[in-house]
Amino acid sequence: MSHLLVDHIVKNFGPNEVLSDLSFSIEKEEFVTIIGPSGSGKSTIFNLIGGIMTPEKGVIQLEGNNIIGKRGSISFMPQTPSLLPWRTVLQNVLLGAELQGKKDRDKAIEMLHKAGLTDYVHARPEELSGGMKQRVAFIRALLSPQSLICLDEPFSALDELTRLEMQKWLLSIWEDYRRTVLFVTHSIEEALFLSDRIIVISAKPTRVAAEFKVPFKRPRDESLFLDDKFLKWKRTVTYSLKNVGSEKDGDANRRTYPFRSI
Amino acid sequence: MNYLIRKGWRPIAVLLLLFILWEIIVKITKVPDWLLPAPTMIINEIISGWTSFYPDLVSTAKIAVEGFLVGTTVGLVVAVSLHLVPWIRDSVYPLLILSQNVPIIVLAPLLVIWFGFGLLPKIIVITLTCFFPITVAALDGFKQVPYAHKHYMLMAGAGKSQMFWKLEWPYALPSVFSGLKISATYSVMGAVISEWLGAEKGIGVYMTLASSSFRTDKVFVAILSIMVLSLLFFAVIVAAEKYFIRWQSKGGTME
Repeated sequence: MSHLLVDHIVKNFGPNEVLSDLSFSIEKEEFVTIIGPSGSGKSTIFNLIGGIMTPEKGVIQLEGNNIIGKRGSISFMPQTPSLLPWRTVLQNVLLGAELQGKKDRDKAIEMLHKAGLTDYVHARPEELSGGMKQRVAFIRALLSPQSLICLDEPFSALDELTRLEMQKWLLSIWEDYRRTVLFVTHSIEEALFLSDRIIVISAKPTRVAAEFKVPFKRPRDESLFLDDKFLKWKRTVTYSLKNVGSEKDGDANRRTYPFRSI
Repeated sequence: MNYLIRKGWRPIAVLLLLFILWEIIVKITKVPDWLLPAPTMIINEIISGWTSFYPDLVSTAKIAVEGFLVGTTVGLVVAVSLHLVPWIRDSVYPLLILSQNVPIIVLAPLLVIWFGFGLLPKIIVITLTCFFPITVAALDGFKQVPYAHKHYMLMAGAGKSQMFWKLEWPYALPSVFSGLKISATYSVMGAVISEWLGAEKGIGVYMTLASSSFRTDKVFVAILSIMVLSLLFFAVIVAAEKYFIRWQSKGGTME
């Protein structure tokens, strides 16, 4: 049984079809990345899985249980860190667990140590750099009791160097604390470096356009970025995205989105 | 303290200069005391009349604090219910603004007719002047909660009360305090006005007696004491704000 099953989802905003017959699934402890042109309904997918929106048609199941319209079934890391400024780092990472009524202070402190935030346990978010804030946000998601973590373009606001640091850091932490991950990104490299599987989605109305199983062995390090095989894969995924973006079928709503060059 | 001295000496110097100028003009032009007393005369009156004035001061301070507490409670309750129940917001908010358009001076005698000369009409007058800034400030604060924070809380499965206590209330607290600062100074004015309605003692009573007997120096004593009392209230709120909201210290939005 898949950990998360999204089956034949249809979602409309008024007369506009945003998701048309979207289906995919994630296995337990798998790292799956969704990649697509900007404006493809990526955040809508998250809002549906998170229970904030309900689909017109289709099934969303977490470990076999229907989670349509049920908030709090997943843990979430947003694009902006969204840390509460009046809470210390420790209180912030506990927030996700606190909302579900299960706090584990000692584990939180241990994970902050592992994340290299030992000196900032009792600091307030305003004292942290952008990268550190995202680490805190990720640990908050990891400490939440839900089994599936959804990450919504978490590193898109960071500069290139910090982003690479964060990707390596994320992988190392994830390898220690295996969880099922659904990751959304713009960056093909990021997707290839991090995930087990990549799902390419089309522009609106969104559906799954292609799927790739990423063959690289774990643990991975940054030398992978210059690997021939990696570059070949990057080309393949880039082409599949290009096809998605340039499809012309007379639909006025469908536009060609230039994909960010890497 | 150092900070206060560094920043505070300019207005104090200006004030002193103003008093000296005032003193000189009064002395040179020989304005009669009942028209405009010299500052030295006012200071003399404060010192000599202190024992008789003191009970009035205490009485006004007490009623202002009581009214302020009631007004704050009402203001917060109104803000929270308007925020949490949208249909109340839509139907009541315009009426709240209207309530501020009714002149207190006109309303006050009516309150006496309805509720007599006791404490109740006085508390109502102060509440009416106090609650509005708090309600408006708190509502603004609730509205300013960033969408990203709310979205995270929703995705993480926060219930309505968790959403309020863990996100919206702490986020609105700085705004609430700026409302409290305005209300704290209004409450002293409200207390004085309420004493005009009829009271045994208080700055309002002292003031009425002084002006009707042309004791202008006493009127100035009353004005001065109202100002000092307002400042004191304001300072207390600022101190409370510093204590409760340490996380905003770097922003320095309300100096």
